[in-house]
Amino acid sequence: MVVSFIIKKQTYFDSVTLMLIGSQVKKLPGIDNTVVGMCTDYNIDSLKRLSMYQSAFDGLTPNDLIICIRASDKKTADAAITEVEKRLASRKKPSGSAELPPSSQEDAAARLPDANMVLISVPGEYAAAETEKALNAGRHVMLFSDNVSIEEELRIKTLGVSKELLVMGPDCGTAIINGTPLAFANAVRPGNIGLVAASGTGLQEVTSTIHRLGCGITQAIGVGGRDLSEKIGGKMTLMATRALAEDPATRVIVLLSKPPAESVLKTLYAELKGISKKIVIYFIGADPKAIEAEGFVAANNLEDAAIKACDLSTDKQHKPELSEAQIAEAAAGCKMTGRFLRGLYSGGTLCDEAQRILQPLVGELSSNTPIKGCKKMSDVYSSTGHCIIDLGDDDFTRGKAHPMIDPAYRAERIEKEVADPDAGLILFDVVLGYGSHLDMAGEMVEAIKNGCKKANRQPLLAACICGTHEDPQNYEQQKTTLEKAGIKVFPTNVAMVKFAQLCLERNK
Amino acid sequence: MHIDIQQANATAVNAIQAAQPVLKGIGTAIDVVPGMKKNLILHAGPPITWEKMSGPLRGAVIGALIYEGLAKTPEEAEKMAATDKIEYSPWHEHDGVGPMAGVGTASMPVRILENQTNGRKTFCTLNEGLGKVLRYGAFSEEVITRLKWMETVLAPVLKAAIPLAPQINLKNMIAQALQMGDEVHNRNKAATSLLIRELAPAIVKTDFPTADKAKVLEFMHSNDHFFLNLSMPAAKMMLQAAEWIEGSTIVTTMCRNGTEFGIRVAGLKDRWFTGPAQIVKGLLFPGFSEEDCNPDIGDSAITETCGIGGFSMAAAPAIVKFVGGTVNDAMNFTRKMYEITDGESQAFQIPNMEFRGSPLGINLLKVCEKNILPQINTGIAHKNAGVGQVGAGLVNPPMKCFEDALEAYVEKYCKDE
Amino acid sequence: MLKDFFGKKVKVINLGIASFADDLRKQGVETVHTDWRPPAGGNKKIQALLTKVANWQSKVKSAKGAR
Repeated sequence: MVVSFIIKKQTYFDSVTLMLIGSQVKKLPGIDNTVVGMCTDYNIDSLKRLSMYQSAFDGLTPNDLIICIRASDKKTADAAITEVEKRLASRKKPSGSAELPPSSQEDAAARLPDANMVLISVPGEYAAAETEKALNAGRHVMLFSDNVSIEEELRIKTLGVSKELLVMGPDCGTAIINGTPLAFANAVRPGNIGLVAASGTGLQEVTSTIHRLGCGITQAIGVGGRDLSEKIGGKMTLMATRALAEDPATRVIVLLSKPPAESVLKTLYAELKGISKKIVIYFIGADPKAIEAEGFVAANNLEDAAIKACDLSTDKQHKPELSEAQIAEAAAGCKMTGRFLRGLYSGGTLCDEAQRILQPLVGELSSNTPIKGCKKMSDVYSSTGHCIIDLGDDDFTRGKAHPMIDPAYRAERIEKEVADPDAGLILFDVVLGYGSHLDMAGEMVEAIKNGCKKANRQPLLAACICGTHEDPQNYEQQKTTLEKAGIKVFPTNVAMVKFAQLCLERNK
Repeated sequence: MHIDIQQANATAVNAIQAAQPVLKGIGTAIDVVPGMKKNLILHAGPPITWEKMSGPLRGAVIGALIYEGLAKTPEEAEKMAATDKIEYSPWHEHDGVGPMAGVGTASMPVRILENQTNGRKTFCTLNEGLGKVLRYGAFSEEVITRLKWMETVLAPVLKAAIPLAPQINLKNMIAQALQMGDEVHNRNKAATSLLIRELAPAIVKTDFPTADKAKVLEFMHSNDHFFLNLSMPAAKMMLQAAEWIEGSTIVTTMCRNGTEFGIRVAGLKDRWFTGPAQIVKGLLFPGFSEEDCNPDIGDSAITETCGIGGFSMAAAPAIVKFVGGTVNDAMNFTRKMYEITDGESQAFQIPNMEFRGSPLGINLLKVCEKNILPQINTGIAHKNAGVGQVGAGLVNPPMKCFEDALEAYVEKYCKDE
Repeated sequence: MLKDFFGKKVKVINLGIASFADDLRKQGVETVHTDWRPPAGGNKKIQALLTKVANWQSKVKSAKGAR
């Protein structure tokens, strides 16, 4: 048994709150006993009685808070202390003194004057004005809202840069700042990799993979999909990259984006060349050789970006979680039950990545968000031929929540695909993390089961899980749920798409 | 123009807070009310003509003309009221306020309040009581008789008593009443009790027949809302202190004449912004329905303008009976008003909100920005003259008043931005 | 400087989607959720008037600062 403790001087909480939290934490595995309380005579007696009293408690007063845990080992005890602190911090105010929630940014700022980040997801037409308010008040902004005009984006980013404040967006769904996941983001351990991304799910995929490979991040900064366009000129990308270059905690910098506009690329490369740290670049669909020629490390896909970043982070070699042989083994004996492939994605970048890898193989491939070389679907609600669909795109989300939050339409669609005799292989992503549905696997499996039963067929199914074992969902449980339903599960989109390649080749 | 609105508003709110309304005495309207004339009828709400008046106000005008001896019968009064022999003007433009129809004429006794901070005065008639009274548009002989009694007995007794009583600081009395379950618009019971207590010994000491003194005391006692005719001019006096601070967006007047709702803003001197008076939603007394209700009427919304009345609903949970809600609803109404006000009252504290000061200083910009209207808690008059009160409930001003005021404000101060 | 912000505790004002604030609170992040509504109840004319006032005041305040 090990006893861990912390003392918080001059920190008051009411005794009921402290007792409740103490008894909740006591129930955690490996915990023998907890004393969470103000340093009153009564609590001192309790500590002595339980042989948990420490000499460090001498001289403390009833205005000082003690969190003291006895557990099976130090790690467990320390973790329990952290848990107590978390619960104290997130305790709701008693309703008697409750005020109505503030109804404006100004009122919110009056309640939390030292707020340093404003997370904006209001309708697009109001988002720029709210962003300006935040910047003028000296706060960083994460701008989740879309439907912000490019002129407004230029205006707010110019203002942000002038004050050296982040404007992450518009249409930015993912960021992890100072260890805090914002909006849709995964729980990723701290480390020395800093990322700047113009893509939400791309950032989720890369950061999750980095975590699973055992490494960690300093910052994951989203800049919005248009930042590297000619008009915006990469303003946020440049500002964020410079800051990471000067950040002593960051050793490796990763850039993820669609290929920037030509004029922006020149400025960007010039800026990056002045940085002495290693830089991994993944411009989706760009020629890696051209990037390497400029002197940077080029990634071939999102999984590869994570691997290369981990290599540079630790000076050790990292491998994909599944080897080519393991993927081949998964594909052995798998037969497509129809001519065509269908992909139902909630993440736009993952949808693009799949298109990019598969289009050369199948020739004719359509999507609602086709990349170069793919066709636009004539009816996005009805798949024909090989089809890879981004269900998070505007076509499907008008008036509805995003599929990562509400799987209802994606479940409906997979039921339809499963019943289609032409659909021989169906792929889908399960994105975990904060903001996402708590049991996406369960929802999809139920829809699949219903569809298979009704149509009396079972197509080949594969899924990739984008997430970590620290995410609010239970990674292993999600994996098991999918596997039990006969779905092949992969740790990355790339692995799943490679599996699809093998199946398609065999099907020719 | 170089004006910092935040500063202008802070100046306005500070001036409001600094006011010290004291009950100075009683006078006759023609002698003490600025601009009073024999043929002038002062009324509640923004300016209005005879043609546009609703039932209760018309009835009150008729009753007033008979009381003043300008007409002998209701028919004669009605004819005369429509001619230009009779002039009409809002009480607010004469430093006064009137509840419900709020009709005031030359011979009527009025209370005189004085602001100890700047010497200015405000006025209000004496409250007649409940039921068939002038302010609900009744004009029967009973009404006229009572008005005469008030002029010849009630007023003189009070006038003599007031100097003999300890000085009555109305801000303090209202503050005490708020901590006793009143909000001094719809609930005045505690305040009326406090007032009677202050005046009773002085009344006894005056040199009038015992029967008269007794009747005066009984009269005050029989009317829970007797204090309303003091809380209103006290609130008026406080807000008057902010008129007309250049650039300020603080609302200094909210009032209704039964047809229109009117507001005025500190930085827009003398200008009225009006919109249709709304129907009050609440609890009706047995036998009455929505068709019977007159639109919102009276200057009593001056209490809300000053952070009391509906803005202090949290202090008077008993009010919620009229709005079919819970005690928590009453508290939420008050909480919401903090969103549209710039300050919190130093004098008027609300016990069950940890003695937080009531929301003070309605900011026109906040009302527009947040689309939150001031919450008023008021009595409902029957739409026919002379029937009386039919219920009480909640009502808001029409947004149009604030939109028009904002437009005028921009036109005056920053139209070229 | 942006790099000076790295390493600091993030404290958030959330405007819009409530679940973002819930998730932050779950992680023990100090968060104020705002019951945000469109300004002026969505009335464009009033929004335009309010913007004029805001622009005017912005100028007045910065002129003051410059003195």
